[in-house]
Amino acid sequence: MADALRRPFFWIIGLAIAAFAGAPLGHDVELRESLLLAAVYITLASNLNMMLGYAGYVNFGSIVFFGLGGYFCVYFMGTLGWGLLPSVLVGGVAVSVLALLFGLGILRLRGIHFALATIGVNEAVMAFVTNFQPWGGSTGIYLSTGLFQPLGGPAQALWTVYYLLVAIMGLSLYLSYFVKSSKFGMGLLAIGQNEDAAAVLGVPAPRYKALAYSASAFLPAIAGGLYFFKGAFIQPADAFDLTLSTEAIVITMLGGQGTIFGPALGAYLYEELRGWLLTSQTFANFQLVVAGALLLVIVLFAPGGLMGLFYRRWPRLRRILE
Amino acid sequence: MIGLLASILDGVLVGAVYGLAAMGITLIWGVMHVVNLTHGAMIVAGMFAVYLFVGATGMPAYAALAPVIVGGFLAGVALYWVAIHRMIGQPPLMSLLATFSVNLVLIGLGTDVWGTVLFNVPVSLPGFSLGRYTFPGTHLMAAALTAVIAGALYFFLYRTRAGKAVRAVAGNREAAELVGIPTTRILALSCGLGVALACVSGALIATLFPFTVLSGDAYQLKSFVVTVLGGMGNPTGALVAGVALGLLEGVATPFMPVSWTLVIEFVLFVVVLIAFPGGLLSVRLRRGRKPG
Amino acid sequence: MSALLEIENLGKRFGGLQAVSSLGFTVREGEILGLIGPNGAGKSTVFNLINGVFAPDAGRVRFRDADITGAAPFRVAQLGLARTHQIVQPFASMTVLENCTVGACFGRENLPLPRAREAAREAVVLVGLEDRIDEPALHLTIAGKKRLELARALAARPALLMLDEVLAGLNPTEVARMIAIVRSIRERGVAILMIEHLMQAIMSLSDRIVVLNSGRKLSEGLPAEVARDPAVVEAYLGDPGLVQGAPR
Repeated sequence: MADALRRPFFWIIGLAIAAFAGAPLGHDVELRESLLLAAVYITLASNLNMMLGYAGYVNFGSIVFFGLGGYFCVYFMGTLGWGLLPSVLVGGVAVSVLALLFGLGILRLRGIHFALATIGVNEAVMAFVTNFQPWGGSTGIYLSTGLFQPLGGPAQALWTVYYLLVAIMGLSLYLSYFVKSSKFGMGLLAIGQNEDAAAVLGVPAPRYKALAYSASAFLPAIAGGLYFFKGAFIQPADAFDLTLSTEAIVITMLGGQGTIFGPALGAYLYEELRGWLLTSQTFANFQLVVAGALLLVIVLFAPGGLMGLFYRRWPRLRRILE
Repeated sequence: MIGLLASILDGVLVGAVYGLAAMGITLIWGVMHVVNLTHGAMIVAGMFAVYLFVGATGMPAYAALAPVIVGGFLAGVALYWVAIHRMIGQPPLMSLLATFSVNLVLIGLGTDVWGTVLFNVPVSLPGFSLGRYTFPGTHLMAAALTAVIAGALYFFLYRTRAGKAVRAVAGNREAAELVGIPTTRILALSCGLGVALACVSGALIATLFPFTVLSGDAYQLKSFVVTVLGGMGNPTGALVAGVALGLLEGVATPFMPVSWTLVIEFVLFVVVLIAFPGGLLSVRLRRGRKPG
Repeated sequence: MSALLEIENLGKRFGGLQAVSSLGFTVREGEILGLIGPNGAGKSTVFNLINGVFAPDAGRVRFRDADITGAAPFRVAQLGLARTHQIVQPFASMTVLENCTVGACFGRENLPLPRAREAAREAVVLVGLEDRIDEPALHLTIAGKKRLELARALAARPALLMLDEVLAGLNPTEVARMIAIVRSIRERGVAILMIEHLMQAIMSLSDRIVVLNSGRKLSEGLPAEVARDPAVVEAYLGDPGLVQGAPR
């Protein structure tokens, strides 16, 4: 642990967090909104990376953590009258526990079967929530703006939520970093290389996979809670939209799976690209086409993503970045 | 009671088409160990091909099947060369993401062009009546055509040299290469066949139900459920399992809201994968892994 | 010397093939036991049955007084039983050191990461790969990969090491080097159960030999005894009369 603190990358992450928090200077709302979206992408991609980049398991339906976290938070605040922090935290824990339960089942599957099962989990949860009246069914739940009062009114609340999301993003990056430098991370990486050989060496694969899956649910769930609280509205179609988890996969692969800086870099670039597309074309769905084309190019020609390319060109970079 | 029976029988007819779609996936998997995540997009392509064909030529929908099969085959070969060829021998994750990305592109383009509205292919065929219940002519026709196409596939696989080569490559690619089979060409051919099956099943589904660009997802899922039930790589299993799924839908749909059907199918999918990795048909055989 | 690994009446069938039947032998602490037999005799299957890749249909496996019959491979490894594979399986994108660190982290001693790295380094030095310690495993030659596989298993400081044809595919220089490494492993107190086809090597390395044929034990004893056993000669060469000095 102390060893990790001394490495430059620890401080680089800290700098990134400070940059995010400081950039809008407390009043630039447009910049804040775009950075907020980037922070959400980075959170989702970093946590996804634990399963995808480390253990080699593609989670197509990772959005389910985000959506469920959103629903728990909105329900706790809107119906049970809890405050923001308890709602997101309990939501995060609840989703992690659910993830552990689901995970114990589907993590027995390998490769493709697992990937398809994760879509299944997402679709099943979405169908369930759509039919679940206490959570608003297919119409969803609206939050009253009165809930922003304890946080100092709507305008102030949005800033608070932003800073909290930046904090979650930072925690996600640190989590990836500490996991990768830990024994647990070593085990996950070994599983990603060759699960059977790892097991023969003593890596307790079933337990580690379940832990990774559950851990990768926690922060996205909290992020979901914050995100949907901010929008004061949640419905199944938005909460469980596979587009977002698909984009998280593209981002992770683009930046470089298995690295920590990769998802962050990928998220930033992808968001820039998306923003540019939305202003230059009127085709809303073109973003998926571009995402798909990008992913194909990466998978075919640069499976290590951008970080992979950088590391090959400048191997010394590996000592500074992760 | 007769109502339920009619529902079941109708389910069987529709299920046959699901089986046909699933054969597309299982063929590609069996031969090259690649999961084709563009399957849904190809089904949709078949649907729109029929729609456009009927619109352009005014001929009956069923006349579109032949060009759809040919077009699908060519598309499959193209798909192989673009996305799959480089992925052979790589970790399965990579080919998964490759076909997934092509799917994104295709569905994205599709929604650009056609949006998410419902489309319909008008087909009028006399139905078959049994007492008070009528089996739609389209369902009967679809099932019949499925039987013909499946039969043609079997003929190809078991009675022609090329088909034998396909089975050889599916069994052991290295050995096939060693006996002089041009494996790359066979892989491309198999991919063509798999996609052709997807497209033609989409075309048939278009004659049965209305569809949107996004319908592919649901049918892709059904195809995967069927494939897994029948055993990955087992075409007969796929057909049988398709009929079984159709049967299940026939039994269940009178009793529950439509949105739950998908959930049940997903749950079934996950349960079968975990409990019976070789498909339900493998349960009868003794379990034992191959000596490694 | 007490028994480290005891196998009793082990049996396994795959479909129509009885791969192993009624097999029993013991590996004692500090000894090198050689497992030989014609191709297809079931030797690798025995390894797979011991370390939990397959569960046996019959029989028991005891390791250090614990019943490990059918236990999951990772549990068996954590008890102190390591193995190498006939077809090497390195973690390709990881360096030599990282490969061995994985071994050191999850073995019997369950070391924390810094100590695991040290143990890994020791193992790398023992097999002579220290000049390539920071290279990715996929850049090694076959011989290098075999040594890596060995080092990785060794880094866990196992009580018993199962070697599956560790000499296969090596040239005579590499074979001699590997034999020396195996000897130095035994000197550190690690017991070894090895499958090998290279007769001279295994006969000179082993303290005792078990001969397998068609899944059954054909013979057991000191190398010299086993070499003269007519049943063994017949299994390999088809004619017991080919043994010099054997009773006709």
